Amino acid sequence: MNIIVCVKQVPETTKVKINPETNTLIREGVKSIINPFDMYAIEEAIRLKERFGGKVTVITMGPPQAESALREAISMGADEAVLICDRAFAGSDTWATSFTLASAIKKIGDYNLIICGKQASDGDTAQVGPGISVHLDIPQVTYVKKIEEITDKKARVERMTEEGYEVIEAPLPLLISVVKEINEPRIPSLRGMMKAKKAEIKSLGAKDIAVDSEQVGLKGSPTQVVKIFTPVPRKGGQILQGDTADVVNKLAELLKPEISA
Amino acid sequence: MDYFLNEEQMMIKELCHRIAEEKVRPVTAELDEKDEFSWDVIKAIAQADLFAIFIPQEYGGTLSLAPNQKIGGVLDVCIATEEISRACGGIAVSYAASVLGSFPILIQGTEEQKKKYLPDLASGKKLAAFGLTEPEAGSDVSAIKTSATKDGDYYILNGTKHFITNGGEAEIYTIIAMTDKNKGPRGVSAFIVEKGTPGFAFGKKENKMGIRASATRELIFTDCKIPKENLLGKEGMGFIVTMRTFDMSRPGVAAQALGLAQGALDITLQYAKQRHQFGRSISSFQGIQWMLADMATQIEAARALIYATARMIDSGITNVAKESAMTKLFASDTAMRVTTDCVQIFGGYGYMKDYPAEKYMRDAKITQIYEGTNQIQRNIIALQMIKEMANK
Repeated sequence: MNIIVCVKQVPETTKVKINPETNTLIREGVKSIINPFDMYAIEEAIRLKERFGGKVTVITMGPPQAESALREAISMGADEAVLICDRAFAGSDTWATSFTLASAIKKIGDYNLIICGKQASDGDTAQVGPGISVHLDIPQVTYVKKIEEITDKKARVERMTEEGYEVIEAPLPLLISVVKEINEPRIPSLRGMMKAKKAEIKSLGAKDIAVDSEQVGLKGSPTQVVKIFTPVPRKGGQILQGDTADVVNKLAELLKPEISA
Repeated sequence: MDYFLNEEQMMIKELCHRIAEEKVRPVTAELDEKDEFSWDVIKAIAQADLFAIFIPQEYGGTLSLAPNQKIGGVLDVCIATEEISRACGGIAVSYAASVLGSFPILIQGTEEQKKKYLPDLASGKKLAAFGLTEPEAGSDVSAIKTSATKDGDYYILNGTKHFITNGGEAEIYTIIAMTDKNKGPRGVSAFIVEKGTPGFAFGKKENKMGIRASATRELIFTDCKIPKENLLGKEGMGFIVTMRTFDMSRPGVAAQALGLAQGALDITLQYAKQRHQFGRSISSFQGIQWMLADMATQIEAARALIYATARMIDSGITNVAKESAMTKLFASDTAMRVTTDCVQIFGGYGYMKDYPAEKYMRDAKITQIYEGTNQIQRNIIALQMIKEMANK
């Protein structure tokens, strides 16, 4: 079974601060990590490979430093890694990103399954996975919490919903995005870490994946981030005090105009 | 302090630190309370390849040894043991004791024995244990009574070992038994005995003061028949194998003690900073500062001694009895002093099981006792010094 895992390197967002003057993230000195949800994707891919044999290829669109995320994936057990890197990709929104990744996947070729993490902890859109499946014209199932059964022809998965879960059968090749309920990512092994250190990471640029500059990067992005700001904290509400009967009456009085409005 | 660890040793340190924080620390208090051994944690340590680091590549490990060398990777084992011990001394000793139980096979085993037993130990699929101590034979190892009688193609073992770390959980036991009563120390031999062999049973599990995540049991041999191929080396080599094993494994116990001391110091420093009395942080009091300084200095000295001795062993030097004994003696005494001071600095909270301080102290005590009491270590050091002087 050949599996492609799409990962993103993100700042360790629990530690990131916002520059109050420019309202942008202060990235200096903040450690870069694999997007937490992508860890579950990597783990699931490796588990499937351990069960069925085959190959796990991890890819990422990012700057040169994103290579360390790929090496970490190899230390967990991924077989190969590809860095999709080009100045032309800078400023991509989720449409351009998913188009670029899909083009890279077309170039990499043979796959049965694509696994993505649910969403990235810095962007939080959850759009890139579905975007890739659309560009590749393959089916997608998002928020997968368990793969019940899988062959190289089809898969039956549990898709998490707010109320519970759905059971969905889909043909392969297929793209799934996974949630953290699906597994517990392993700690790398020593052998894995040594393999990762020596691994050759292939790098693909815009020319290698046959995209033109209008379709990628800022130019290929229909949406733009105009502003990032910290919302003004909500002021505390009204606190009603007194014995229960009094408080209930007061509350009823306050709610009446709201209800009839 | 920079100990100029190589790339692989840095990776081991990083890996063990992650395992300690993500897998060990969350469960250590519960394991201690319930007196439970955790295969889950052992599996996580195994999956990270940490049981492979002292076993040569040709037997499934990751170690490369020089042609005439039998033992290596001792510094790597010490680094791993120290990091795990910072989170739990019980889990750390379960790891270190499997290394101990494997050493006789590495030191004295034939090609066949190594090929048969080491791969499963390297993968962590099986654990090892070392069976020497008996109710009447602690420091006085010559008083062992467990016998191994030759009977055609077999040896028949009879006797009881006790206080055996990993007893019951390990599959592979290296057992020291008497083959010839009349030859004194030369009449003792080493054997490999597998769990499940008829006549090999486990007695009670000990209820210990500390390292409660480690399983300590009696081993009971009743007409236990083992193939003669399970003899390690030749008959009569039992004590030599034992002494050589301890020379190599004592830095590991020292590393466990070091980890306990370091773990205790780490939480104490944090506590001292945040605890306020008399209007200020207690870390601002000179008395506390002096205690912290002494703790840190002794820990660093212990670390330097352990790493230096481990490096000696890894370079192929086998005449390390004195240094090994010094290492174990100093690190364990340091651990007891540091963990006791840790409880003291925590004050009343240090005495309460709700806080992690008291466990470090309970765990540290055994490091002064097992793998040769610190009194025996002093004997070894002094005798070695006198011997060296006489030889000049």
